[in-house]
Amino acid sequence: MNGFNEIVLFLLIVVPLLGAVAAMAFPKDNPKPVWGFAIVISSITFVLSILAFIRYDYGVGGLQFIRVFDWIGDPINISLSLGLDGISAPLILLNGIVLLGAVLISQTIIHRSRDFFVLLLALGSGVFGVFAVQDLFFLFFFYELAVLPMYLLIGVWGSSTDFGTFLRTKEYGAMKLMLVLVGGSVLIWIGILALYTQSAQLGSPTFNMIELGEMASKGQFSQSFQSWVFPLFMIGFGILAGLWPFHTWSPDGHVAAPTGVSMLHAGVLMKLGAFGIIRVGVVLLPEGAEAWMPLLIVLGTVNVVYGAISAISQNDLKYVIGYSSVSHMGYVIMGIATLHPVGLTGAVLQMFSHGIMTALMFAMVGSIYERAHIRDMNVLNGLIKRMGTASFFFAIAGLASLGLPGLSGFIAEFMVFVGVFHTYLPLAIIAVIGAAITAVYILRLLAKTFFGEADPQWEHLTDSSPIEKTVGAVFVAILIFVGVWPAPLVRVINIGVDSVLMGF
Amino acid sequence: MSGLTENIYLLTPEFVLAGLAILVLGIDLFLPEDRKDVIGWISIASLVLVGVLTLIMLPGHEESLYGGLVAVDAFSLLFKIVFLVIGVFIILSSMEYIKRNFAHQGEFYGLLLFSILGMNLMVQARELLTAYIALELLSFSLYIMVTYSLNNRKSNEAGIKYIIVGAFSSAVLLYGLSMVYGVVGVTRFNDIATAISGSADLSPSLWVGVALIFVGLGFKLSIVPFHMWAPDTYEGAPLPVTAYLAIASKTAAFALVLRFLCEGVIPAGDLWHQWQIIFAIIAALSMLTGNLVALAQTNMKRLMAYSSIGHVGYILAGIAVLSAGSTMAINGVSFYLVGYAVTNMIVFGAIISFFNMTGKDDIADFRGLADTHPLLAASIAIALFSLAGLPIFAGFTVKFYLFTVVASSGFLWLAGVAIISSLISLYYYLQIVRQMYIEKSDVESIEPSAIDTSGEAPTLSTSLVKPSKMTISVLLISLIAVVWLGVYPAPLLDVIEIASQALVMGS
Repeated sequence: MNGFNEIVLFLLIVVPLLGAVAAMAFPKDNPKPVWGFAIVISSITFVLSILAFIRYDYGVGGLQFIRVFDWIGDPINISLSLGLDGISAPLILLNGIVLLGAVLISQTIIHRSRDFFVLLLALGSGVFGVFAVQDLFFLFFFYELAVLPMYLLIGVWGSSTDFGTFLRTKEYGAMKLMLVLVGGSVLIWIGILALYTQSAQLGSPTFNMIELGEMASKGQFSQSFQSWVFPLFMIGFGILAGLWPFHTWSPDGHVAAPTGVSMLHAGVLMKLGAFGIIRVGVVLLPEGAEAWMPLLIVLGTVNVVYGAISAISQNDLKYVIGYSSVSHMGYVIMGIATLHPVGLTGAVLQMFSHGIMTALMFAMVGSIYERAHIRDMNVLNGLIKRMGTASFFFAIAGLASLGLPGLSGFIAEFMVFVGVFHTYLPLAIIAVIGAAITAVYILRLLAKTFFGEADPQWEHLTDSSPIEKTVGAVFVAILIFVGVWPAPLVRVINIGVDSVLMGF
Repeated sequence: MSGLTENIYLLTPEFVLAGLAILVLGIDLFLPEDRKDVIGWISIASLVLVGVLTLIMLPGHEESLYGGLVAVDAFSLLFKIVFLVIGVFIILSSMEYIKRNFAHQGEFYGLLLFSILGMNLMVQARELLTAYIALELLSFSLYIMVTYSLNNRKSNEAGIKYIIVGAFSSAVLLYGLSMVYGVVGVTRFNDIATAISGSADLSPSLWVGVALIFVGLGFKLSIVPFHMWAPDTYEGAPLPVTAYLAIASKTAAFALVLRFLCEGVIPAGDLWHQWQIIFAIIAALSMLTGNLVALAQTNMKRLMAYSSIGHVGYILAGIAVLSAGSTMAINGVSFYLVGYAVTNMIVFGAIISFFNMTGKDDIADFRGLADTHPLLAASIAIALFSLAGLPIFAGFTVKFYLFTVVASSGFLWLAGVAIISSLISLYYYLQIVRQMYIEKSDVESIEPSAIDTSGEAPTLSTSLVKPSKMTISVLLISLIAVVWLGVYPAPLLDVIEIASQALVMGS
C-alpha cells in the first residue's frame, strides 16, 4: 500500500479537477446525470480523504505521504510538493465529508446544473490542494482556485434577501465576496513574493515551504523582515477566516449562496484562511507571529463577541448562521493566537467541529427554505411539528454551536479557553461571555422557529427528503462522535501542533 | 563582418512570405467576386508554408546577416513562430467577418501578410534603421487596415487618429535615431553598447536620443502617457484589426524593445540602473491608469483597449528589471507575451463571432450569452479569468512568473502595484461575466436581423445563428493552450529559456 500513500494526495486534487472537466461533457440542462456523476466523484474523494486520515501515522508525526513533482526548474524553482501533517489531515477529512454532503444536497439545483457541478468540483479540488501542498506557489494557486468559482456559484444560483427597506442582491453578495477575498489574496501574494525574495538573498531562491521552514527555524529571516511580512499573511488569510473587521463579506456571501455552496463555504473555505495563518504565518515567520499575536487575539475576541451580538439582532435564519460563523471563527483565531499547544489544538479541532455543524445548519435551513420559501424567524414557527427531522438536526447543530457538553463544539471551545486562560486571562473572560451570548441567539432561534404554536400556513410543509435526512444524520453522528470520543482527532492534531510550535 | 550575401539563404522564409503576399494581391485581381474567400485559405496556406520553412531551416542557427543588421537566432525564431500562429488564428476567426463586411478582401489579406513580414523583421533587427523600416512596414499595413470599413465613420476617425499619432511617433523615433547616430556614429545595437561603455563622459544628447526612441516606441505600445490614441482606434477599427492590434503588433514591438535593450543599452552598464526606475514608474502608471479607466467603459472594444494598456504596464515592469547576463526577466516578459496573446485570441475570437451574429459589441449586449451561446460565454469567461490572473489558466502562471521576477530584482513595490491593479481589473472582468452568466437575455437581441452597422454589411443581411466552425476550432485550440500554459508551462519555458539565452549571448 506504499504506492497508495504516495499518490493519495495527488488523487485528492486531481480527481475532482478532472471530474469538473469531464462534467462539462454532460447535457446542459439535464440535472440527474451530472448530479449522479458529481456524487460518484465526491464519493471517491470522500473515501480517499478518510483513508488519508486513517493512514496518517500519528505515532510518527511530521509530514507524511510526501511526493514531489517537478514543475518549473531554474531559475524560479517551483515544484508541486505534497505532504500531510497532523493539522491538515483532519481538514482534508472535513473537506471530503462536506464536499460529498454539499453535492448530495444540491439535488435541488435544476437550472444549468452542469455548470454548477463543474464549478463546485473545481472548488473542492482547490480546497484539497491548499491543505495538501508544501509549496507557496501551489498553495496560492489552489487558494485562488477555491475562490474563483464562488462568484458564479453565488451570482447565478444564489438568492437575494429582502430586508423590507432595502434588498441585498445575490449579485452584491457575490461581487463583495469575490473582491474582498481576492483583495486578501493580494496581501498574501505580496507576502509570498517577499518571502521568495528573502530566500533568494539568502542564496537559495525557493517557494518550497519545507525549505523555507528550515530557514525560519534556523533564524535566517531577520526580526524586522518577519514583523512587516507577517501582518500581510495575518490579514490576507484572516480575511478568508472572517477576521474582524474584514468579515463583512462573509454573512452577505453565505446568505446569498445556494445551500450546497454555503455549506462548503462556511464549512470549509473559511478554514483555509485559519489554516493559512498557521501554515504560512506561524511556521515560516515565528518571530513575526510572536510580535503580532497580541493584536490577533484581541481581534479574535472582538470576532467572538461582535459576531454573537450581530447574530442576536438578525431575523433571517441564514444571517444568524452567517454571523455565528464569524463568532465561531473568532475562537479559531483566538486559539491560534495563543501559540499554546492546547489552544492551538483547540483551534484546529474547532475548525473541524465548526465545519461540520455549520454545514449541517445550512443544509437544514436550505431544506426549510426549499419548502417554506422564507427564512424569517418572525414568520416561521412551530416547525418541529411539520419538519421534525430537519428541526431536530438543526437543534443538535445549534446545541453543538453553543457548546453543550457531549457535542464536538464543547471540547473544541473548552481547549481554546484553556489556551487563552494560560496566556491572556482577561480576554478569556470576555470570550466566555461571548459563548454565553451564543446561547442567547441559538436558543432564541430554536424557540422562535422550531417550537411554539405552529401557524396553520405551515401545515403544507413536508419533512426533509431522504437524502437530506441521511446527510443530516451522518453530520449529527460526527458531532456526537467527536463530542464523546475526540481522541482520534485530537491525537492527530496534537502531533501536528507540536511540530508547528517547536520553535516557540 | 563578412560579405553581405553570406548565409543569405537563412532569410528564405521572409523572401517567401513577401512573394506570397504579392501573389495574394495578384490572385485577388483574377478571382470572381463570389470566390474571394478562397484568398483567406491561400493566406493561411502561405503562413503555414512559411512556418514549416522556418522550422526546417532556422533552428540551431545563431547568425548575423547583412553584416550584422539582421539576426537569425533562437529569440527571433520563437517570436516568428508566434506571429505566424497569430496570423493563422486571426484569419481563421475573422474570415466570416471579412466576407460579410469588407469590400476588398484580397488586399486585406495581402496587407496582413505584409504586416506579419514587418513583425518578423522587427524581431530580427539588430540595427536602428532596419528596426525602423520593419516597424514602418508593420505600421503602414496597419494604417490601412484600421480604416478598412469604408462606410463606417468611426473606422475612418480611428484611422485618421492612428495615422497622425503614428506619423508623429515615427518622427520622434527617427529624431531619436539621428541624435544617437550623431553622438556615437553607429547604429548597430552592439556598437552602441560598445561606444557607450567605452567613453567616460557622454554627451547628454545621447540620452535624449535614446529617450526619444523610447517615446516613439511608447506611442506604438500605447504606454501611459502616450496611450490616448488606443481606445479610439480600438473602438473604431474593424474587430479583426482591433484583435490584431492588441495581440500581434504589441508583441512585436516588445520583442524589438527587448532586443534593443539587451544588446544595445544594458551591456553599457551602470547607466541602465538609472533608467530602471523611470521604466518602473511608467510601468506603474500604465497599470493603474489602464485598469482604473477600464472600470468606466461600456463598450467591449474600448474596455479591451484600456485593459491592454494595463497589461502593457505589467510587461513594462518586466522590462524595467532586465539585467545584464540574466535571462530571468527576458523569460518573464516573453512568457507573458505568449500567454497574453493566447488569452486575447480567445476573447477576440469570441467577440468577433458574437458580432457576426448580432452586430453589437457593447458590454450590455452580452447579457444572457451563457443561455444563448454557452461555448462563446464559457470561452470569454475563461479568457477574462485568465486576464485577471486566476488559476488554472495561463494568466495566473505568467503573472506569477513575471511578478516573481520583478519582486526578486528588488522591485517588490512595483510587484505590489501590479498585484493591486490586477485586483482592480478583476472587477470589470467580472462585470462582463455577470452580464453573460447572471443577467437574463432579452430574446430580441439574438434574433438574426437586427444588424445596424451603418452600411458595413453590403452583401449579407442575415446574421449567423451560431459560431462558424473556424471560430470554434480557434477557440478550442486556444482554450486548450490557455489551460495547458496554466497547468504545465515547463515545455514552453524551456523553449523561452533557449531564446533568452540567445539574446543574452548576442550582447
